[in-house]
Amino acid sequence: MKAAVLLFPGINRENDVARALAQSGVKPTIVWHAEHDLPQGTDLVVVPGGFSYGDYLRCGAIAGRANIMDAVRAHAARGGLVLGICNGFQILCESGLLPGVLMRNRDLKFICKEQHLRVERHDTAYTNAYGHHQIIKVCIAHGEGNYVADSATIQTLEGEGRVAFRYCDAAGHVGGKGNPNGSMNDIAGIYSEKLNVLGMMPHPENLIDSLIGGIDGRGMFDSLGAFGKRAA
Amino acid sequence: MKARVTVTLKTGVLDPQGKAIEGALRSLGIDGVDSVRQGKVFDIELGSVDKASAEAALKNACEKLLANTVVENYRVEIL
Repeated sequence: MKAAVLLFPGINRENDVARALAQSGVKPTIVWHAEHDLPQGTDLVVVPGGFSYGDYLRCGAIAGRANIMDAVRAHAARGGLVLGICNGFQILCESGLLPGVLMRNRDLKFICKEQHLRVERHDTAYTNAYGHHQIIKVCIAHGEGNYVADSATIQTLEGEGRVAFRYCDAAGHVGGKGNPNGSMNDIAGIYSEKLNVLGMMPHPENLIDSLIGGIDGRGMFDSLGAFGKRAA
Repeated sequence: MKARVTVTLKTGVLDPQGKAIEGALRSLGIDGVDSVRQGKVFDIELGSVDKASAEAALKNACEKLLANTVVENYRVEIL
């Protein structure tokens, strides 16, 4: 499987996610935002985390309208995989690839800590290496991660099983104190209608090596690697 | 031609920044403040275009970039 990792000015997690992909057998190429086309044979587009354009105007607003995003929208419309992490999730929302918006955290603080998530479904290209409702420990690092959408959108996401991950505590209790930022329905990540686009605030690429605190994030990249092998 | 675009949060959208400012105003002893909502103002200069096409261009700018219409409203004024 070949991945195009997009690079915008101010993005700073491209090498971390590229390392995580490579570890799981996915071949990453860094692609500059001003390009009009994705590299030939791109299976997966990754929009990494960071602070594209200094978060000016709104987080992800300017990157969401970059040249390369037209190619990403076309790739997604063909059923191609698109993964947005943190600022990448904000960019996917701003570009119209995913519904809703990430607002300022409920308590106005930038939150940087380890965070548990419940994997809501494990039958997608991104989560097939996880178990049913598995609780995983990853990291969050964001000031604007408070997922907001109108009630019709929330109903659609819930009704169609498009919530990818929910915030929970270490024991797996969803919501309450387990929700760090006030996101509606404790949403940490969502899928597009065809489950090929995934946006999530937490960073699975931070926890892929036991040397740095855990390997629960590796499942996502192993899932993509396994999905790629099956598709090949 | 000069124009001003104002972008504000829609009613009902939680505005924690506005809430923090509201609290700060109260703690300064400024009376009579019921609530604060924070927004953005863009002062824009346009070349020699007529009013109608300036308004149309700025509406397009709001829809495409300046506002996120999921949570924000916008207003265009030609000054």
